[in-house]
Amino acid sequence: MATILSDHGDVTAIATDGLCLSPADVERATQWTLKPGGLCRDALCVPLQAGMLRDGRIDVAAFWRHLGNPVLSDDSGETWVLGTGAADRQAALADTAAPDFTLPDLAGVPHRLSELRGKKVFLTTWASW
Amino acid sequence: MFDSLQGQNFMVVAVAEESRGAERARPWIEQSGATYWCLIDPDHRVAALYGMVNVPQCVWIDEAGGIVRPPETAGSTDHFRRMDLATRTLADEHAAARIAARAAYLDAVHDWVRTGRHALDASAVRQRLPRWTEEIALAHAHFRLGVWLRRAGQAAEAQHHLDEASRLHPDSWNIWRQAADLDEVGKASGPAFWARVQALGDRAYYVPPDLEGLPG
Repeated sequence: MATILSDHGDVTAIATDGLCLSPADVERATQWTLKPGGLCRDALCVPLQAGMLRDGRIDVAAFWRHLGNPVLSDDSGETWVLGTGAADRQAALADTAAPDFTLPDLAGVPHRLSELRGKKVFLTTWASW
Repeated sequence: MFDSLQGQNFMVVAVAEESRGAERARPWIEQSGATYWCLIDPDHRVAALYGMVNVPQCVWIDEAGGIVRPPETAGSTDHFRRMDLATRTLADEHAAARIAARAAYLDAVHDWVRTGRHALDASAVRQRLPRWTEEIALAHAHFRLGVWLRRAGQAAEAQHHLDEASRLHPDSWNIWRQAADLDEVGKASGPAFWARVQALGDRAYYVPPDLEGLPG
């Protein structure tokens, strides 16, 4: 089993040959869906390059790098990070809409920033360290 | 601040960038008696999304969900750098200037909530947004893996990724100080921290917000 860490959270899936996943697991881990035109998210479809689709499984690490995103794994190859590249980070801020996120409070109750639409929000960070 | 702005259609979201998790943040949150959202962010996702490099940094968001002030220092100043490290005290004049700067910042937040003052238009926001590089993007990926490995008990391998994150994104105090804290509680404000601050030279630790009426 591999653990895949991304902006969408942590997902565990059966991986073979590096990070080759079933299309269903690709969707769970990345929110990209396999369609005839390639892997698709919203209106965007990116054709799979030669070798990315093997025996019905998708080499997500290769696809992710092809998108221009960082990919890392630990020494054992069991834990992977599908990161977000500079272009996507910059694009997410460029329209000046506040990027949405969901985080838990002390009781573990999730709160989503966009629930506060209609109010002015002072978003601030702090730390004990 | 939040209490004095009750009923103003306003909310504070205070995100704890705490890779050691909720229990580490709990005493501060409980002591504050906060009625606003206090959220726990072990992976520093908010810092990654908004390109924040230090705490406290804040973003002002309007009723439509638009950023009207990009990440900037929230009330803290560099006066702490003049602290006498032997006695851990600050000369009166610096202590007073620090308090005044914090008060002026909070006044600015009040002004914005009540009148909309200090809100920037989209093009001004865009100009002030943090600039992403491939190194910074990769640094956040290393940080994510390092924090995960640390939690999984693989300290040595975690350290490699946390070190790599700081090397790739040396301007992020969040990454460096969180890694130091994971290594050993207290290290984030220990001698290595002060040496790093000193190495800034003329550069700011807390970059002052460019707000009308605030000391630069």
